[in-house]
Amino acid sequence: MWLRPVLFIAVLLAVWQVAIYRRPGQLLPGPIGVASGILDLMQHGLLLRYVIASLFRVTWGFGLATLTAIPLGLMLGWYRRGEMAFYPLVQVFRPISPLAWIPVAILWFGVGDLAAIFLIFVGCFFPLLLTAMSAVHNIPAVYFNAGRNFGLSSSAFVSRVLYPAVVPQLLIGLRITLGIAWLVVVAAEMISVNSGLGFLIVDARNAGNRYDLVVAGMVIIGAIGLLLDLAMRSLEQVRSFHWSSSED
Amino acid sequence: MSSITKPRMWESFFWPTIAAALLLAIWHYSVVFTGTKVFPSPMNVKTGVVELLDMHVLWADIGDSLRRVALGFGAAVLVGIPVGLWLGWSAATYQVVNPTLQILRPISPIAWIPVAIIFFGVGDRAAIFLIFLASFFPIVVACVSGVSSVPPVLRSAGRNFGLSKLQLIRRVIFPAALPQILVGVRIALGIAWLVVVAAEMIAVDSGLGYLVIDSRNSGKRYDLVVAAMLTIGIIGLLLDFSIRQVERIKSVRWGFRDAA
Amino acid sequence: MSSAQAVVTVAGAGNKLRVQHLGMVFERDGEAVSALEDINLDVSEGEFVCIVGPSGCGKSTLLNVVAGFLSPTSGSVTIDGEAVSGPDPRRILVFQERGVFPWLTVEGNIGFGLSKLPRAEREARIAHYVQTVRLQGFEKAYPSDLSGGMKQRLQVARALAVNPDILYLDEPFGALDSITRVIMRGELLRIWQTERRTILFVTHDIDEAVQMADRVVVLSSRPAKIKDILTIDIPHPRNISSPHYLELRDELLKQIGLAYEI
Repeated sequence: MWLRPVLFIAVLLAVWQVAIYRRPGQLLPGPIGVASGILDLMQHGLLLRYVIASLFRVTWGFGLATLTAIPLGLMLGWYRRGEMAFYPLVQVFRPISPLAWIPVAILWFGVGDLAAIFLIFVGCFFPLLLTAMSAVHNIPAVYFNAGRNFGLSSSAFVSRVLYPAVVPQLLIGLRITLGIAWLVVVAAEMISVNSGLGFLIVDARNAGNRYDLVVAGMVIIGAIGLLLDLAMRSLEQVRSFHWSSSED
Repeated sequence: MSSITKPRMWESFFWPTIAAALLLAIWHYSVVFTGTKVFPSPMNVKTGVVELLDMHVLWADIGDSLRRVALGFGAAVLVGIPVGLWLGWSAATYQVVNPTLQILRPISPIAWIPVAIIFFGVGDRAAIFLIFLASFFPIVVACVSGVSSVPPVLRSAGRNFGLSKLQLIRRVIFPAALPQILVGVRIALGIAWLVVVAAEMIAVDSGLGYLVIDSRNSGKRYDLVVAAMLTIGIIGLLLDFSIRQVERIKSVRWGFRDAA
Repeated sequence: MSSAQAVVTVAGAGNKLRVQHLGMVFERDGEAVSALEDINLDVSEGEFVCIVGPSGCGKSTLLNVVAGFLSPTSGSVTIDGEAVSGPDPRRILVFQERGVFPWLTVEGNIGFGLSKLPRAEREARIAHYVQTVRLQGFEKAYPSDLSGGMKQRLQVARALAVNPDILYLDEPFGALDSITRVIMRGELLRIWQTERRTILFVTHDIDEAVQMADRVVVLSSRPAKIKDILTIDIPHPRNISSPHYLELRDELLKQIGLAYEI
């Protein structure tokens, strides 16, 4: 079962390598060039450092966004009027690419880590807010009626009905937003800091056209992004979160 | 949810206005309070917008950005939907191709910029390629998901009426999957709009993204920066709204009625 | 029991559908599960035959094989002497639920199999069958605006519009409430008496079978074999309180192995 997809990838890599071979003096590396680029990075100790730098920024930006957007979103989803008040504003801010915030970010935080973290925060905040609001809306009405029927107080209701009911949807939203965070960190690093995988791509190109490092960087970005996604998916599978799908 | 009473019609205008007014007030007074010389107040932004309109810069930039989105996103729709339908239909092909897609998908379109520049040079084409790349994946994913959730009953009914495979895809599978495909298209459009701005900040020299960067670089005109940001937000909102209107067409609306 | 194994023909009528020594074995988790065993059945043209059996016994499987959606592991199905090799517009299956195309209007659904016809004829046929199933006024409505019973009527109209030789119905009224069910039975009988198609109708509802069918095929539980084939010789409209009706009904209950009292 694993054989065919692996073969497919192998064929693509072979085609790529041949295409590079036929055009000497070509700037782009073939897969072999990329592999040696990765080794190069490892030998200089840069690979680990850059990966950690990028992950560090994602953790902070994504974490802060989660801690602020989710409770706020749950509250807004709960209070109809609160949502009516803020929904249009959110809808205007959401399509603004985090990168468009760069001048503002640099103005407020200067060039460096904080600016990058802010960009990630902005990129994650609005999607998470919307996810939380939508998760509250999707709670079936019967749950509310059952809760009232059993005479639950507001706080008991929140902890015993609301929270378990929203968790599955929140997890899906968190996974998608984590993917967004990973996209944003790379972009943010290309512009405003001097470490990390995004920086690697820009720097490798600017300081000597090391396209083997550029593509190596891309491959590593893809791989880590995939791992993050798989990690979140396995979190979704954890039994105690799994209940909503059993209702299908 | 928990409201004391059901909100009235007028309230759907009232509360957002209050929130917007609140935001503007906080903005205005923080600028005044901190005495910043650089960050614009709402009034500054408004004059900035007028200035851009006067110089015909704003419309030109909006046009450039929209044009790139139209080309890149349009290509992604034209290529992505058939590819997605094919992958959804043929489990064997999906099994082979999917892992490759999963590896390529998390690579930020921005990370593709150097490669795009090699192939297309600095300029429009590179930006359009990036938009295409970014929009392609959500569309394919939505198509695959849509096809696999077509109820088998409908496929059987189609076969019963003697449809060939191609006819089956065109007359049953595609319409049945369309609601989900449209959701993917809407998401892809949102991504396209984000990417065009990013691409314009890095690889081209016109468009709204470029306006943001350029306003800062040539003269620290933060009033224009914020004006451009707001324009980006509003147009993005309008694009999203338009696609949602398509979702409301009767022959598609059924797919959203039974959601959840 | 031997009457079940023997091939039963109704006197005077030609054979439209012949099922001979039909067997169906599925593989589930590596094990071979026998769903149908040695099914033999002859249906004459214009006959209304019901297939009853307990839930899960395989009656839907039988219908799917006969309709050509599944290939039998043994035995054969022939219609007018021709072997069945796949689904065919000459034999339309009406599904229990969700069989209508939700993105098409009532007219669109009914016209679904008519795309090869010239426009005038297509529209005439659609109008005719809208009348037949009594959905006038709803031509431009979408299935989401229709009730369950109306959707099933729409499916029947769509099936009839292509002029099939045989109509298969797989528990078509199973998802409806009991009042609607009774009404729908009457509708189907009315249509059958006007259009005179051959009908093969699967149900788990014994009353339904006795009320509608010329003959009732009783299946055992899995692996399904034919336990008996009962002839219902009461002319329509059937009085469901008449002694003969109750007699046949009781016979059927006995065949299935159910008690008379709850």
